[in-house]
Amino acid sequence: MSAEKRIVLQAKGITKRFPGVLANNKVNFDLREGEIHVLLGENGAGKSTLMNILYGLYQQDEGEIFIDGQPVRIQDPTDAIHHGVGMVHQHFMLVPVFTVAENIMLGAERLHQGSQGREPERPWWKRGFFNGLQNLERLERKQVSARIRAISRQYGLEVDPDAIVGDLPVGVQQRVEILKALYRQANILILDEPTAVLTPQEAEDLFRIMRDLTARGVSIIFITHKLKEVLAVADRITVMRAGEVVGHTTPQESDEQQLAAMMVGREVILQVEKADANPGEVVLEVNDLRVNDSRDLPAVDGVSFSVRAGEVLGVAGVQGNGQTELAEAVTGLRKAVGGAIRLAGHDILNKPPRPITEIGMAHIPEDRQRHGLVLSYTVADNLILCDYYKPPFSQRGVLQNQAIDENARRLIESYDVRTPSPYVPAGKLSGGNQQKVIVARELSRNIKLLVASQPTRGLDVGSIEYIHKEIIAMRDRGIAVLLISAELDEILALSDRIAVMYRGQIVAVVNNGQLTREQLGLLMAGSPPAEVGLSL
Amino acid sequence: MDWKRYLFIALIIIALFSVVIFVGKTQTPPLVIAMSMLATTLMVATPLTLGALSGVFCETSAVINIGIEGMMLAAAFFGWLAAIYMNTIFGYEPMPSLITGVVVAVLTGGIFGLLLAVLSITFKVDQIIGGTVVNMLAIGITGFLNRQLFFEKNSVFGGQVPHAPGTLPIIHLPVPKVVGGVCSLFTADGCPTFANALGKVFDQRPIAILAIVLVFVSHYVIFHTRWGLRTRAVGEHPRAADTVGINVTRVRYINVVIGGLLAGLGGAYFTLESVPSFEPLMTNGRGFIALAAMIFGNWTPIGSWAAALVFGAAQAMQINLQFFRDLIPPAWSFLQQSYIVGLTPYLLTMLILTGIVGKTVPPAADGQPYEK
Amino acid sequence: MSENKRSFQDALSESPLVVPILAIFTSMVLGGIIIAWAGGNPVAAYIGLYQGAFGSLNALSETAVWATPYILAGLAVAFAFKGGLFNIGAEGQLALGAVAAAWVGYALPDLLGAELPRYLHLTLALGAGTLAGLIWGAIPGWLKAHTGGHEVINTIMMNYIALNMTSFLLNGVMKDPSPTNVIARTPLIAETARLGTLFAKYRVHWGFIMALVAAAIVWWLLERTTFGFEIRTVGANPDAAQYAGINVKRIITWTMAISGLLAGLAGAVEVTGLNYRHELGFSVGYGFDAIAIALLGKTHPLGVVLAALLFAAMRNGGTRMQFMTQIPVDIISVIQALILLFVAADAIIRYIYRLKASEDKLVLTRGWGG
Repeated sequence: MSAEKRIVLQAKGITKRFPGVLANNKVNFDLREGEIHVLLGENGAGKSTLMNILYGLYQQDEGEIFIDGQPVRIQDPTDAIHHGVGMVHQHFMLVPVFTVAENIMLGAERLHQGSQGREPERPWWKRGFFNGLQNLERLERKQVSARIRAISRQYGLEVDPDAIVGDLPVGVQQRVEILKALYRQANILILDEPTAVLTPQEAEDLFRIMRDLTARGVSIIFITHKLKEVLAVADRITVMRAGEVVGHTTPQESDEQQLAAMMVGREVILQVEKADANPGEVVLEVNDLRVNDSRDLPAVDGVSFSVRAGEVLGVAGVQGNGQTELAEAVTGLRKAVGGAIRLAGHDILNKPPRPITEIGMAHIPEDRQRHGLVLSYTVADNLILCDYYKPPFSQRGVLQNQAIDENARRLIESYDVRTPSPYVPAGKLSGGNQQKVIVARELSRNIKLLVASQPTRGLDVGSIEYIHKEIIAMRDRGIAVLLISAELDEILALSDRIAVMYRGQIVAVVNNGQLTREQLGLLMAGSPPAEVGLSL
Repeated sequence: MDWKRYLFIALIIIALFSVVIFVGKTQTPPLVIAMSMLATTLMVATPLTLGALSGVFCETSAVINIGIEGMMLAAAFFGWLAAIYMNTIFGYEPMPSLITGVVVAVLTGGIFGLLLAVLSITFKVDQIIGGTVVNMLAIGITGFLNRQLFFEKNSVFGGQVPHAPGTLPIIHLPVPKVVGGVCSLFTADGCPTFANALGKVFDQRPIAILAIVLVFVSHYVIFHTRWGLRTRAVGEHPRAADTVGINVTRVRYINVVIGGLLAGLGGAYFTLESVPSFEPLMTNGRGFIALAAMIFGNWTPIGSWAAALVFGAAQAMQINLQFFRDLIPPAWSFLQQSYIVGLTPYLLTMLILTGIVGKTVPPAADGQPYEK
Repeated sequence: MSENKRSFQDALSESPLVVPILAIFTSMVLGGIIIAWAGGNPVAAYIGLYQGAFGSLNALSETAVWATPYILAGLAVAFAFKGGLFNIGAEGQLALGAVAAAWVGYALPDLLGAELPRYLHLTLALGAGTLAGLIWGAIPGWLKAHTGGHEVINTIMMNYIALNMTSFLLNGVMKDPSPTNVIARTPLIAETARLGTLFAKYRVHWGFIMALVAAAIVWWLLERTTFGFEIRTVGANPDAAQYAGINVKRIITWTMAISGLLAGLAGAVEVTGLNYRHELGFSVGYGFDAIAIALLGKTHPLGVVLAALLFAAMRNGGTRMQFMTQIPVDIISVIQALILLFVAADAIIRYIYRLKASEDKLVLTRGWGG
């Protein structure tokens, strides 16, 4: 049906190398007017690289780009904007302390500049070092706000131009990103993993906006690795793997299983196999916990739950509803304001991490590079990060290199960490192997509770499968697992019970299977349990 | 900046003023002391204000500048050097020499700013190390040239410091007249004491006046212009700025050079406005205190200026107490020790950095080089 | 053939010594240009520098004398760097260490009314110096850990406070009362509080050996002990350190305290081993030199020792250079600043000499937020 429409953007033979990686290998891609073209692939398949090339953030080593049939050179985002390309990045490119209007006008401050074209390139001495006095003109905040209101009304994207972006929910921030592109009169829109931070309902909303936009002639490239979404919104699908395009299809011609196989390159078991849980005594008990965030505002607001030995409690919720603070409070990284936390009978509220660890807690932290690893340290040193002070690694305050070496070799072997040697800096490993280092270190200890925060974020399917298996294995060995994940699919795959967190509170705790995906999505979006059909 | 911070600043300034008034009140009317303190405060806060503005421009675009001290020192030296060279040409007419000196000082600051920019932006050197390099180079070069040019047997001036053109003159704003005129509407005599005392406050030299003007100019530029918007974006989220076509490197370069120019003007204060001579290390930590003022002022021009006034008041207290040395009561005799009173600005700096009135927040990307 | 050449260049690029050596070389060349501009003969100047530094046994001894405080102060700065902290306060810590050692050295016997046994008195003097340095370092460390006040500014403020305090003391209660004295200095310390010289005819004293031993101890402490592991972890990634159960605040305080201790020891050794008194102003410049030494030595104790010896040779030889060529000794400061410039921005050196860019980035400090 869409085959007759004209091609607005075409990339031919794009190749891009990074040191040691061939990120894009002779990639061909085209986009037709008014369609939604999904680019599907795993993390690291090269989707974002391709899009960053189209948007001028990277330059291709080989290959050509055509827009409306004309060959173009896109050297920086200004060129891309000039050619009508707009991009909504996975990590929002918004300044949190600016207002919506300031964010939208940034880089296109002059209202009457027309299309935001590149000014003819002149040497600075002709341009004036300070770009004439343009740079010192007063900002036209009011006029810009008015124009934003007009555009947002036109496209049905409600935002307040004078709100501070950092105070807005992520769904609204995403709208600001889209408005930013529309303000610049973009007719080609690249959306990079836009649903990663949204609830299922917010995602539905986004899909509606996308269809609205395509009806008005905007063409959309939609990047994702979530199979359900692909089938829901795509007109056409292009699949990438390891830097190459491996296939084209349409939703009509394919299903989830097929897409997954194309994406990964082998048959994938979408469901983790696990037996029923066999819960034992309560290991972790949290009562009326209250925690503030870094800005000292309440983030966890009276949360109570418990985790038993041999079960996985999954905490579902959209990013930023207090899960991070909850995990940090339980693991001792953040002070709580009030409440009680008991681990295996010990009061651990506001205890520092070490005593909690010694009682038997393992923690796979949300931000592995920030908390979980010292990137400049060797793999061997990272593998003793929590136990360095105890025998056999330390005797009378002196490190024992032989014991450290033996420990490293043993764990690298049994957890299949792919590293050239135990003495390579952890920063040089791939994301999946870095996570394996953490998993090896944490799970090899004698533990009672595992707190796993976003354990598979940003990993490839192979690593995800591995880590999921390890978590279930820990459960089956009688360890209590508190799983915190923004990926509802991950929660559904691993949990025995599910707690839904919304605005710092746990709005429902249910057995896995009791509610559908959609019902959980409604709870995550703040619908009262009664409306969802849950009688508590 | 929140009102608590301004209140804190006001209270400390009042306290410092009160000490001097308390000591000197038997000899001089409190009003006169207060106005004299205010005048001295505005005067000695000049290099701190300009140094803090330098820091504001650099750090708003996310380049940490701990080289302000060195920039000021080098500017003080080269400005002074230019002025005395010019003086040998212009003879006894000081103004052309002084103005040349100020221009050279400002440019010197700009060149050192450029050095910091090259180090921290192009070569991505750890910015605190980069600033330390600037400081060490400034100390080394000024010390070497000072000795080489003036104190060696075969030096240019044969081992003598030539005649300096003096300092920039006081600009007499017609404040006493205006105040006297307004006052005479209400009183018979036109309150000459008050008018004259207030007039003293505004009898400042050009760099001091310029510094205050620049505070408000900087505020306008940073918060109300396109340049300011882009600068703040680059400091908060450089990648976001990059994705809308802003050249992060260029914005940072220009801001760091602007910072250098401002620090250069601050340096000119030392040798062309305050005293007509140069001494090695004469900036005496003012560049670092200016940084503390910037931090306490929450990286904003007006806030930084207010904080700079606190340090200015501390120094003004030290200066004014010397006039009343003999009046200091025996129980307060420690106030006679200039070494002890001289600690006040440094102790205040440390006190303020403890976050006693809440913490301020630096630009989110401050100190981080931008990697594409 | 080109293959071989390339691999040789690669090997060269990766050697840890290449950049420092080329940085020194480049700075000397630039220094030579400045000397020539100032009307001196660079070759003669550098020959004078070399002779002054290494030309005789006495010159060698004097170089070692200069190196002693440099090693200790350089270690102080390097130690703080390992813990992710920037100690610009070595100067103040050194000055107070010197004042404390001098006071114990000259006043304690009078206070007790009796002469003290030699080694006890010496130990007390050195101990007082290190303690003073430790306290002066621990204060900004504690402030950093518990209030977030940045150590860069606080250590600089502490320098000025130390300077004012020593001025106050040396012009007041501690001033040498002998009738001929007009300068701000303490009386001479007692014989019992003095470090011996290593050889009868030369000034080089046991402090030099102490400095070398201190370097070895610092290396062992940082690389081989759990305490050192904690310090390095806090320095490399404080968030991960907290996660690993390390008491980050305690480690920050102690890192700065030990850094201050080393600087204080430098001051105490200068008083007990060389000057036998403290004189106002002698400590000026040590703080920045120590930073340059620590960076030139890549914060490694052995590197610090080598860098300190180089700086000492330059300072020591500078006097003879000035004598021979009339170029002010201050040129040494310029050359040293240039060395620091090129060591810090090794990309410049790698660019000039066409070396491969280094992959490992030395992260030393963190911004205001950290």
